[in-house]
Amino acid sequence: MFEPAPPILPLALERVSLRAPAGDRWLVEDVSARLVPGRLTVLLGPNGAGKTLTLRLCHGLVAPTSGRVRWLGPGAAGGPARRQAMVFQRPVLLRRSVAANVAWPLRLRGLPRGARRRRVDAALAATGLAERARHAARRLSVGEQQRVALARAWALEPEVLFLDEPTSALDPGATAAVETLVRAIAAEGATVVLTTHDLAQAHRLAEEVWFMHGGRLLEQADAAEFFDRPRSAEAHAFLKGELLW
Amino acid sequence: MRDFAEAFATALRLLAERDPALVEIVALSLRVSLAALACACAAGIPLGAVLGAVRFPGRGALRVLVNALLGLPPVVVGLLVYLLLSRSGPLGGLGLLFTPAAMVIAQALLVAPIVTALAASTVEALAEEYGDQLRSLGAGRWRMLPTLVLEGRAQLFIAVLAGLGRALGEVGAVILVGGNIAHATRVMTTAIALETSRGDLALALALGMLLIGVSVLLNGGAYALRQASLRHV
Amino acid sequence: MGPWRRAARAVGALLASAALAAPAWAEGAATLRLGSTTSVRDSGLLDALLPVFQAKSGIEVQAIAVGTGQALALAARGDVDLVLVHDRDAEKAFVAAGHGAERRELFYNELLLVGPRDDPAGVRGVEDPAEALRRVAAARAPFASRGDDSGTHRAELRLWERAGVDPRGAPGDWYRELGAGMGATLNTAAQLPAYALVDEATWDTFRNKGALVALVRGAAELRNVYSVILLNPARRPGLKHAEARALADWLASAEGRQAVAGYRPRGKPLFHPLPAPPARP
Repeated sequence: MFEPAPPILPLALERVSLRAPAGDRWLVEDVSARLVPGRLTVLLGPNGAGKTLTLRLCHGLVAPTSGRVRWLGPGAAGGPARRQAMVFQRPVLLRRSVAANVAWPLRLRGLPRGARRRRVDAALAATGLAERARHAARRLSVGEQQRVALARAWALEPEVLFLDEPTSALDPGATAAVETLVRAIAAEGATVVLTTHDLAQAHRLAEEVWFMHGGRLLEQADAAEFFDRPRSAEAHAFLKGELLW
Repeated sequence: MRDFAEAFATALRLLAERDPALVEIVALSLRVSLAALACACAAGIPLGAVLGAVRFPGRGALRVLVNALLGLPPVVVGLLVYLLLSRSGPLGGLGLLFTPAAMVIAQALLVAPIVTALAASTVEALAEEYGDQLRSLGAGRWRMLPTLVLEGRAQLFIAVLAGLGRALGEVGAVILVGGNIAHATRVMTTAIALETSRGDLALALALGMLLIGVSVLLNGGAYALRQASLRHV
Repeated sequence: MGPWRRAARAVGALLASAALAAPAWAEGAATLRLGSTTSVRDSGLLDALLPVFQAKSGIEVQAIAVGTGQALALAARGDVDLVLVHDRDAEKAFVAAGHGAERRELFYNELLLVGPRDDPAGVRGVEDPAEALRRVAAARAPFASRGDDSGTHRAELRLWERAGVDPRGAPGDWYRELGAGMGATLNTAAQLPAYALVDEATWDTFRNKGALVALVRGAAELRNVYSVILLNPARRPGLKHAEARALADWLASAEGRQAVAGYRPRGKPLFHPLPAPPARP
């Protein structure tokens, strides 16, 4: 299990909206939701639904035009960013070895060498990359690179892990590997939020589903309940494979 | 054609004889240009990185200025540095005029815009690519800069080589601030100018060939280094 | 990191060896700076004289060879300790303006009119140089002028004036103002080919004459006198006035004059010492 620390969860999104830079429309409109610990949440919806932006709003990469993003746990006072990690659609790795990439954010946080070493080794072992530790990270296949990104997130022992369409660029074999790792991180105690437009993936991973369309959060429900009895027309259509954007 | 053949033969003879005056000139060329390059990089790379990645008021204007300075004529820089270092000038008391130190200053001013402009565009592109991820991992804009610079080392290396080329090959600035004094401030390019003004074109051309040879050696070494480092990781 | 570390070591070694082989960074204590013209450098006179002076006095002389105008400008700004130039009018103005304290005429040589071997303007053997230039203008034969306000250039302008010709205003573009030193001007003249005015020391030691030959010489007007000017200590107290005086004295001494007359790279003297005059402003 990841080392415990004062939690920053729950996360409250209170009527969060984001206007387009040109100012003509709303990319995220009036989203209110609550993220609680312990569940693997999938942000589901067609392309352009606002899923990525909502994720970035949660993680703090973008500020909302109106509304608030609040971390309510006691640990939030010390800066919630430190307890989070994010993996992007395409792996963003430095031109260094795999181990150096995983160690980089730990050095940033001032972790002493011994602790760094342990965490890096643990993360590489968990992601099956121990043999690649000294290899140039950018020379790996895309699937392996994404696993390096996950190992880097793993080593941070985050309380919340955001993943933005982490497998959309990967083949089925790599996708399966990544999904296994996502579950493993959740098992270590991280609260995982993942966006996808892949219905099958949502079926496989989700414990809770947030369904978005057109910038709005239409449904927030238990996974089983969402897939069996969706309440909105758009969700119905999406689940039948008819709602493409 | 005959001029080239004669010059080539002269160049080989100069190399074989290892004329001490020639060795002195080549050594000074290298010393001045490498020192200027070091100064220019020490200032230019951090400045370029900031220009590329950090948003601040006036950033656009500063970038335009740096890019414009790329085309700074060496003789103009020489004149400006001369006026600064002249005994009648503000920094005259330093006694740097007509010394290698003055030449280093002038060449550093010529090389810095190259290094700065290329560092800025390199880091800007990298900030675009890495910015979100590095922020997510806990690095603010300023903390990102050394990482981005290291990340862009391949392109920066080329910028550095371009800067070195400019330094080794320029004559307008160093002749003004150095004075082309024998055994003191004569470098390869000013020696070429001197022999040309004496009408000894064969010798001037031979020195030119040697200068090109030095440049080829330096670049060849840099290339080999790059290849070795690629294989190493 | 292996290859980079090795490279860093190599560069360090290179810099260290370059540091050993190359001259010092900044000014030495007993270093005298002489502003001179290119003719005394290019002809090799300074290379012959200065080591003798250094051996005798222990004073190292650094010669900065530029045109007369630039040498005087450097002196006016206090960037050299004394000058050796050859333009009487400019020198007198320099002293009158208070920059120079003392002016001594030391030696002279000749200016020559050189030109293409086939001499399209027909000046060969003409005794009066102004008449020769008149013929060049009349024939609109190419003429390469230094155009750089140097001693030689001003002598050329005086000849045009006496010839009653304004070469810049004349029709056709035979008159080429180059704004260049003697050597560069000669290189251009050799290529065009064109007529040009040149001092005999540069001419004799010039290696790229091409189709040029000496056509007019010998007139008194073509005498080119070199003077040393000591600078005004009241205006520039920080300069090496004592050392400058030592050099000026030596050049004017019997030994110095003998060294000048004895400089014969091709068997004949290029510079002729004047009889020792009293120091005159």
